[in-house]
Amino acid sequence: MYLLAIDWIFIIEKLVLIAAIVTLSMVVAMYATYGERKVAAFIQDRIGPNRAGPFGLLQPLADGGKLFFKEEIIPLASSKFLFILGPLLAMVTALLTSAVIPWGSSMNIGSRVVPLQVADVNIGILYVFGVVSLGVYGIMLGGWASNNKFSLLAAIRGASQMVSYELAMGLSLIAVLMLTGSLQMSVIVGEQYNAVWNIVYQPIGFIIFFICALAETNRTPFDLPEAENELNFGYHQEYSSMKLGFYLFAEYINMFISGVIMATLYFGGYDIPFVNEANLAQHIGENWVALLTFLTLMAKALFFVFVFMWIRWTIPRFRFDQLMHLGWKRLIPLALLNMVITALVILWLKK
Amino acid sequence: MSVQITNRSKPVDRRPMNWVERLYLVNIFKGMAITLKHFFKKKVTIKYPEETRPFSKVFRGLHILNRDEEGREKCTACGLCAVACPAEAITMEAAERQEGEEHLYREEKYAAKYEINMLRCIFCGYCEEACPKDAIYLSQTFTPANYQRKGFIYKKDDLLIPNPVTDPEGYKKALGTISREKEGV
Repeated sequence: MYLLAIDWIFIIEKLVLIAAIVTLSMVVAMYATYGERKVAAFIQDRIGPNRAGPFGLLQPLADGGKLFFKEEIIPLASSKFLFILGPLLAMVTALLTSAVIPWGSSMNIGSRVVPLQVADVNIGILYVFGVVSLGVYGIMLGGWASNNKFSLLAAIRGASQMVSYELAMGLSLIAVLMLTGSLQMSVIVGEQYNAVWNIVYQPIGFIIFFICALAETNRTPFDLPEAENELNFGYHQEYSSMKLGFYLFAEYINMFISGVIMATLYFGGYDIPFVNEANLAQHIGENWVALLTFLTLMAKALFFVFVFMWIRWTIPRFRFDQLMHLGWKRLIPLALLNMVITALVILWLKK
Repeated sequence: MSVQITNRSKPVDRRPMNWVERLYLVNIFKGMAITLKHFFKKKVTIKYPEETRPFSKVFRGLHILNRDEEGREKCTACGLCAVACPAEAITMEAAERQEGEEHLYREEKYAAKYEINMLRCIFCGYCEEACPKDAIYLSQTFTPANYQRKGFIYKKDDLLIPNPVTDPEGYKKALGTISREKEGV
């Protein structure tokens, strides 16, 4: 009988959490497009979208509506199934990563302790890497199935770029994993919670991780897969309507999620800086602390999103050979060195 | 030999990049500092329908046909503006003033038909200069958009300034800064 006894409340709790997180990512991605345009405008001494609603706040809705009503074109010579699968996969993989992220400290609802994390799997960070590397397929399938040589070129570029930067990313991460000794996201945050953030121990690792995150999300200066002036838009050239929207959307979700992951791994996750959360919880209650920690994580993540945009409107694109040069000849040796030195220091301290 | 126009030119530095420069990071941070500075700068955008940019005093916009203080049309259809027009945008037909029309037209001859093709007009203002009667002026409004080409051929109704007797406010508005220009301000 116990086998059949399903903890319904548990399932409902997780479903609500999943819905909330997916909605959150979507809304953040939506307003990231708005933010992108505003940041671009401000950096170029303009004021950006300001017509739709107050301060142009309804602009993303208008854009989304426009994309939905556009004519949907599937090229005759394309492979139809893969053509549709491409943006789908991009979107799904972008959203999947959010599952293992601890979004805040636990809440108390009734007598239940509700952790603000969908799945606290013990290989959390590996899961993230697995899903992120699946993200290559979205670009590859989309570009390949379009049956357009520009798209194909862009897809190949994108795939090789993501594969090569994943290596350096993983190596820079190993140093963090050695520090915490666990792959579990909640443990990584817990280690930093009332101690020093990982950025203090791993500044070089963070810079490498950040650069690789830029490359993984196809943001400038590594936006070669969609290089407008070389490849006429890259892998999503043949896409129209909401399928194009999904690709663009997936990019922004990826940006947001990578911001969250950077905050989690290096900047203490949902830790409120200079505040002892346990003390605070006694004063205002655990649920409010959970909310505050969640907002802290959001602030950190959104700051990274802003930095991504800031970089985009500052730096021109790398050439492809420069990109490969940077990835293979600079970042990977640097990441290896960082890893070895961290390992040596840890060994020396433990002895 | 090169001609030096300003003293801001710098010789191009073609030295190979040193180690710090090859890291790119320092220069990237410099660049980001520059963009951040621009982030907080005053924006140059003018929110057009709400704000308008002040025109220069010699701005040449859409034409208006002037009236005198009693609201009579000044134009006598002499055709000097049409002759002066380098784009040949102006056509007119003259007519004689009849008994009882003295309150409409200032002189014995008037323009029964007066058309300016705004698609041909180059807004040079020669018509204004040619006019001996101060009858035509270039105002400070733009040519508005239209759906058809024929909509750009402005008839007398489109060009005439509002009557100062019946619609003093409209007259003042249409006049804009023209009167000031006359006073030499």
